[in-house]
Amino acid sequence: MSSFALPTLVRRQRASLTATLVAPPAALAAAIVLNLILYMIMGRDPLAVLHAMILEPFLSWASFSEVLLKTGPLLLIAQGLAIGFRAKVFNIGAEGQFILGAIFASAIPVWFPQASGGWIWPTMLLLGAIGGALWASLTAFWRVRLNANEILVSLMLSLVAAQFLYYLLLGPWKDPAGFNFPQSVMFQYDAMVPTLIAGTRVNVSILIALALSVVAWVFMEKSFLGYKLQVGGLAPRAAGYAGFSEGRAIWLSLLIGGFAAGLAGAAEVAGPLGQLQRSISTGYGYAAIIVAYLGALHPIGIVISSVVMAVIYIGGDNAMVSANLPIAAVRVFQGSLLLAYLIAVAFVRYRLEWPKATHTVAKGSTP
Amino acid sequence: MNAIEFIFAGMLAAATPFLLAALGEMVVERAGVLNLGVEGLMALGAVIAFIVVYHGGGHFLGFVAAGMSAALLSLVFAFIALGFRANQVATGLAIGILGQGLSALFGKTYESLTVKGLPKIAIPGLSDIPVIGGLFEQDIVVWLSLLATLAIWATFAFTKTGLVIRAVGENPKAAHAIGYPVIAVRVAAIAFGGMMAGFAGAYASVIYTPLWADGMIAGRGWIAIALVVFGTWLTGRIFLGACLFGAVSLMSLAAQATGLDLPSQLLSSLPYIVTIIVLGIISADRRLLKLNGVASLGEPFER
Repeated sequence: MSSFALPTLVRRQRASLTATLVAPPAALAAAIVLNLILYMIMGRDPLAVLHAMILEPFLSWASFSEVLLKTGPLLLIAQGLAIGFRAKVFNIGAEGQFILGAIFASAIPVWFPQASGGWIWPTMLLLGAIGGALWASLTAFWRVRLNANEILVSLMLSLVAAQFLYYLLLGPWKDPAGFNFPQSVMFQYDAMVPTLIAGTRVNVSILIALALSVVAWVFMEKSFLGYKLQVGGLAPRAAGYAGFSEGRAIWLSLLIGGFAAGLAGAAEVAGPLGQLQRSISTGYGYAAIIVAYLGALHPIGIVISSVVMAVIYIGGDNAMVSANLPIAAVRVFQGSLLLAYLIAVAFVRYRLEWPKATHTVAKGSTP
Repeated sequence: MNAIEFIFAGMLAAATPFLLAALGEMVVERAGVLNLGVEGLMALGAVIAFIVVYHGGGHFLGFVAAGMSAALLSLVFAFIALGFRANQVATGLAIGILGQGLSALFGKTYESLTVKGLPKIAIPGLSDIPVIGGLFEQDIVVWLSLLATLAIWATFAFTKTGLVIRAVGENPKAAHAIGYPVIAVRVAAIAFGGMMAGFAGAYASVIYTPLWADGMIAGRGWIAIALVVFGTWLTGRIFLGACLFGAVSLMSLAAQATGLDLPSQLLSSLPYIVTIIVLGIISADRRLLKLNGVASLGEPFER
């Protein structure tokens, strides 16, 4: 037989807590190294990219406040998605739910541009959350009533949502004084979420996101409903015997996910953008999937991972300017980060066992 | 040319990217693996083929390079999903995001450039038939795709290879006990599926609409995955489904030609809406899905 042997994965008696805590930072380090190698191959100075991507976001208050601004939507969406993922409901259509949230919220300033009063922005946020939940409820209906795969339906609905947004911006909701740009009117002052830190774009939506993170933690870790939802994900039959149907778990998961994503969409148009635009999302709905996994689907982990992902976004913007790196590099980084995490997390449940060598073992052999 | 002739003439070419990717995914799923990265694999294949053809490498070389690069990326999926028994849904999504990112990265300097497509080959006699004659005038890749469809059907219908793939998908533990190499079969199926997705992307970028634009795959990879469900894992039905989607994606052009006054965004979202509706109709018949469905789909194999 051959003189080399591959290591095998052996299931641990119980999950390793050390590995759980080490996996995300290890994956981040691995992804950084991999991507730096890629930038080197592309002929960029890796140290300059590293500086722009990882350090610069922390070096000035102006940069770091932008990180906080990006953290808001990622945190909100990821908290909502993680609840579903733990119940094994794979809603990957947060992008569409985000868009519908933005559209629903924009209805007030677009239809009533003269309205004023302190009630406007909270109502917009609420409308946005309802819009996102309604869009998600289509997926829930298709899944529960028609047995259709929620991954495919929610994704398709995201593509439809994007077309619906273009339709509104090129048609009925186009700003007549907007030089034919696909965007709505600029929102009035009272339609804007109040700024939190003077001189920056950080607004109260980050506080809402943090507050909802606490709610998510209480719901998942302390409430009976959250507990049943998790059991449903781990052992659907057991949950069924306990009187909690799969259908209810799916409805609940999707409505929560849609609500959070819709809220994030509303906060984006009523916050940094101030109008409905074609590019309201830079893939938040998809990035939040990575944020949720990287945070180990745990409310506290997600708070940390959403900041990490926001740094990657802002750092990618910096690297585009200072190191001439295409913005697509951010997507490559996101994808490779999730892959690295999935490898790292394997060591939570398994350990590598090297076969006992009888002869000299060829090292560095890859499968 | 009226709308019906137009759809008959263009349907097969429009169906080809769906067909190639869906057939590849069908083989992967029959081996018991769910690879959701098809969209990214197609995007990578599309950009690689475009770059090769743009620099004068020719269409053949473009397809080879596209197939190989997408197969390579799908092997990364295999390495993580099978080697490390990672969640297949998450791994597939990551591969999809990575593939789309890489395609945008590599394609940055080629944005909205064009290449030459391929000439159409007509079957003498048949292509002169009125109304449906256009069906028999297609480029070489369409003809080869039809052959591939037949070959894959025959493989599952008549050969031991097909039987082994099914056994590995249905009951990996039993297949392992009889002595079939479960992991090796699955890796091979994943590589094949990746190659087909790469071909599908290549067809989209160097023949069907011979230009490069970021995001040009536009959900075709996801529709291909849905097609496998529509086709209930059967080659013939997947072929019919792909033709349906080819026709649907032509309808926006046909509607414009006939002067139908519909918003273009509604027509663009038609393929997605049809996917959602058909997915609901087919999935509602649980018996039908069970009949040909793969029992251990998406579950990691542990000895």
